[in-house]
Amino acid sequence: MAEDSAYREGELVLATGTIKYLEQGGGTPVVVLHHSWGSPGWLPFHDRLAENHRVVVPDMPGWGGSERPAWARDPRDIAIIMTRVVAGLDLEDVTLVGLGFGGYVAAEFATMNPSRLASLVLVGAAGLQPGEGDILDQMMLSHRKYIEDSFRDAETYAGYVGEEPAEDVRLLWDLSREMTARVTWKPYMFNRRLEPLLGDMQVPTLIVWGSEDKVVPIECARQFEAAIPNARVEVVDGAGHVVELEEPDALAELVSSVSGA
Amino acid sequence: MFIGHFTERPYQDPNSGYFGATGRSLMDLGMSNASYDPRLGADLYNRYLDERVFAEEMGFDGLMLNEHHSTPFCMGQVMNLEAAILARITNRAKIVLLGNILPIWDDPLFLAEELAEIDMISRGRLVTGWVRGTGRESVAHNAVPPYNWERFQEAHDFIVEAWTKPGPFRWEGEHYHYRYVNPWSRPYQEPHPPIWIPGVMSRNTVAWAAKHRYPYLMLATELQPTLESFQYYDEVAAEAGYEAGTEHRGYLFKVHVDETEELAEEAGRKYVQGPSNPFLEGNQGIVRPFIQNLPGLTQRNNLLPTMRSFAAAASRGRASQHLKDEKKAAPPPPPKDTYVDQTEKLSIISGTPDSVIPKVRHVLETLRPGTIFFWDGDGAMSHDDQMRSLRLMGSDVIPAVREMADELDLKGPFEVDPAGEGEASAAADDAPESPDDPAAQAAD
Repeated sequence: MAEDSAYREGELVLATGTIKYLEQGGGTPVVVLHHSWGSPGWLPFHDRLAENHRVVVPDMPGWGGSERPAWARDPRDIAIIMTRVVAGLDLEDVTLVGLGFGGYVAAEFATMNPSRLASLVLVGAAGLQPGEGDILDQMMLSHRKYIEDSFRDAETYAGYVGEEPAEDVRLLWDLSREMTARVTWKPYMFNRRLEPLLGDMQVPTLIVWGSEDKVVPIECARQFEAAIPNARVEVVDGAGHVVELEEPDALAELVSSVSGA
Repeated sequence: MFIGHFTERPYQDPNSGYFGATGRSLMDLGMSNASYDPRLGADLYNRYLDERVFAEEMGFDGLMLNEHHSTPFCMGQVMNLEAAILARITNRAKIVLLGNILPIWDDPLFLAEELAEIDMISRGRLVTGWVRGTGRESVAHNAVPPYNWERFQEAHDFIVEAWTKPGPFRWEGEHYHYRYVNPWSRPYQEPHPPIWIPGVMSRNTVAWAAKHRYPYLMLATELQPTLESFQYYDEVAAEAGYEAGTEHRGYLFKVHVDETEELAEEAGRKYVQGPSNPFLEGNQGIVRPFIQNLPGLTQRNNLLPTMRSFAAAASRGRASQHLKDEKKAAPPPPPKDTYVDQTEKLSIISGTPDSVIPKVRHVLETLRPGTIFFWDGDGAMSHDDQMRSLRLMGSDVIPAVREMADELDLKGPFEVDPAGEGEASAAADDAPESPDDPAAQAAD
């Protein structure tokens, strides 16, 4: 943790349940939506962004410290709540960054409520059925194996997680996996009703993929690019699915290229 | 006393090499069906049906079927089909399903219809039993695990209503929706076939069964914990305002009888030599804990503090037992002699009638069940092994057990109505929120 990290913890009370978030910095807002395995906390990636932006990192409803909407059955339900989080925090001209499953939620968000968005950044985003191959099914893997496969290699994984994940990390993964199962057990990690809605979505979109992503096939980057009118693709060489952990500076720079900082 | 017969109907492929304690261990859900031989399957299905017919001839009161999916240790994938065949080719024995895996049915009206047909074709010989299923079943039929308990309860309520409430009616539930419930088949038995609940250990399932006054059947658990579960059932029953009896207690245990002690040991050892079966102790192969207990099969709805830092958490260096367990998911080293170990604690009873009968008596005296099932002909046992045992069951064991049961006053659920003469449980509505150990309790 960098010494100058001075994020604060926030809480937003919604009718659908209380949302917890971390926040730091000033300027136009960047909202970062976490992977299916939950937010691992304040990251060097967030620090880089916070140099020029107000960075908000929520626990999505049902993940981490945010209350579970027991009725939610679809990532679209999560996206609807996230539109209310952005409205509730009165954020305008938002750059919405979605990581993996968070990218799926971000894309759904953008199709239904683009008015508060200045730009959209989808990083290794789920949400579309890959034209070739499948999205890696975490439900058939141990937590450890799935998270390890999210990194470019086992060594990088061990560098972040350690020899054994700590108990609170394991709990986070376990709880997150249940919430993930509740909303996207089947079909797993995509929605055939998303792609048709992306065609009229005018928010400038940056699609970022790690060249070594083993979780969501890189084919999906091209599919998002084809579906969204104002989109371009950037591939980060050597990164796996967790680009924000492996290449935080490169990713922050890419986000800055669309966030206007 | 109600005396039944059970086998998992293992897919016994001598060429597979995948045999639990005696060959290459089998990873659960890790074997492709590319090696499945339908001709062998045909022989085995017919063999197991023939054995059931013979079991009825030998005097068994019940023929128990179960169901598992995508695994070679149990060929009962669609046990309702086997039940329908038995309904036609047997005459007297009850056909006992323990049980249908309710949460994996997207259309439980089909289940209500199928079971009603079986009940009619058998002229009222169906006993139904319902379970939640393990992770294996949720994976195989892709039922969302976090909604498993909700679906179990709703499907239960729906099927009972579809059987008992004159149609047409409408059902708009949480997981099931019907605009026209009016099945043109109704159960032969009034008000509906008996419902028994099989389980392994879960206190909450025991409580749920007790509140509904459903007989609870412990599946091959050890004697002391089985007794404790029965006692817990009694306590819940007392709280619900009735006294539970032997008619509420069922027990499945491994019993094989043979002509000589030598043959009995040879056949008895085959319990642990079939296709890897996590429910046959000593024969587990490798179970993957993350599939056995999928997300949300056990409810985890507590909130976590927002995590401050990945690195900080990792630096605290607390190891996770759960993941350690996953890491060493290699097969546990087999005990010195798992067969001897199990015979000593009566997990397996195998011998001549003279040596088996006193041991069965010990089980009956200890547990006081009104229903028992002998689990036989499993693992690597051959048709001949099973037929020798069935013959001796008929000539020696079953008559002796009936005498014992009379002496010990062990009444089964067809002698004393577990529902208490129609005063069906009003307490059932406040059944527990969620069993805490569904993957374990939902074994068969």
